[in-house]
Amino acid sequence: MTATLVTLALIFAELSLLAFGGGNTILPEMQRQVVDIHHWMTAQEFSALFALAQAAPGPNMMVVPLVGWHVAGFSGVLVTSLAKFGPSSLVTGFALRLWERFKDRPWRRTVQAGLVPVTAGLVTASAVVITHASTSSWGTILIAAGVAIATTTTRIHPLLALAAGAVLGLTGIGQP
Amino acid sequence: MDAAPATLTTKHEAPDIGELFTGFFILGLTGFGGVLPLARHMMVEKRGWLTGAEFTDLLGLCQFLPGGNIINMSVAVGLKFRGIPGALASILGLIAVPTAVVICLGVIYGRFADDPVVRHLFGGLAAAAAGLLISTAIKIAWPLRRDVTGLFIVALGVLAIAIFRLPLLPTLLTLAPLSIVLRARQAS
Repeated sequence: MTATLVTLALIFAELSLLAFGGGNTILPEMQRQVVDIHHWMTAQEFSALFALAQAAPGPNMMVVPLVGWHVAGFSGVLVTSLAKFGPSSLVTGFALRLWERFKDRPWRRTVQAGLVPVTAGLVTASAVVITHASTSSWGTILIAAGVAIATTTTRIHPLLALAAGAVLGLTGIGQP
Repeated sequence: MDAAPATLTTKHEAPDIGELFTGFFILGLTGFGGVLPLARHMMVEKRGWLTGAEFTDLLGLCQFLPGGNIINMSVAVGLKFRGIPGALASILGLIAVPTAVVICLGVIYGRFADDPVVRHLFGGLAAAAAGLLISTAIKIAWPLRRDVTGLFIVALGVLAIAIFRLPLLPTLLTLAPLSIVLRARQAS
């Protein structure tokens, strides 16, 4: 148990410091760690947990305590939350002090512009990995495609799109 | 957004620790599917903790750093006004309710995961969540559509992470410097 908690702490502390461009960029690595390397759950279960976290209120990294819960109960929640939010918060604290000083330096703009396509690539990779694990039948493929098109082309509320997906899923149409 | 009427961006006074906690607590409670617009509303327009320009500046920093931008923002705002206790109050306030909610959902899922009806429901929910992620990816990548260098980096990232399933750390340590160097060359 302790070994599991230490492993969880190490994984999420690393993810915490690598999450440039927000939480969605680290989903594939999180999935690789908890599914492929440590076999704590299947890819489908990971997708289900991610979906649950998306349906909950608050910031979009709530899959973190959920993975902790699934693997090790309450202590898992504590360990993953601390490991995921602690290191990046420390970095934020230190950076806040330096921010004023480097605000107008040109290299800061270059670094920022350079990170944009990296973030875009990682979020696209997340979409590929999560979609691959979540769409195993024609019914779920249609739901994913419909939600992607609707939320890209209209201003539909994300929660409404999730609810529509859940209701369509409930009918069982196109699912084994 | 920043051209809001002056009355909406007037600063009042620095929040105390209790106000930081409750402010972010309510944000965590209400922010479904993206907290950012609500965060600005709460901090700038409703409570007057920051001016519009201060909010944008702080958000720029928080997006640039690792971690979720709103999580970082809560830490930065808490630190700015009340030091480390303020930062703790803010981030705990922000994640308290969402953590409790996801665990409740997780318990329900765990108990009924074998029921075919629940399995179908979560199948649909997971597919919809994937659809949302596709849409997010499109929106982030869209401004790069005419930027060959940018698209090259995007393609490398997708290949490495989604196709070859390479670890994130070495991928990021290669891709980020490469992208920054390419940008610097373009600029000069």
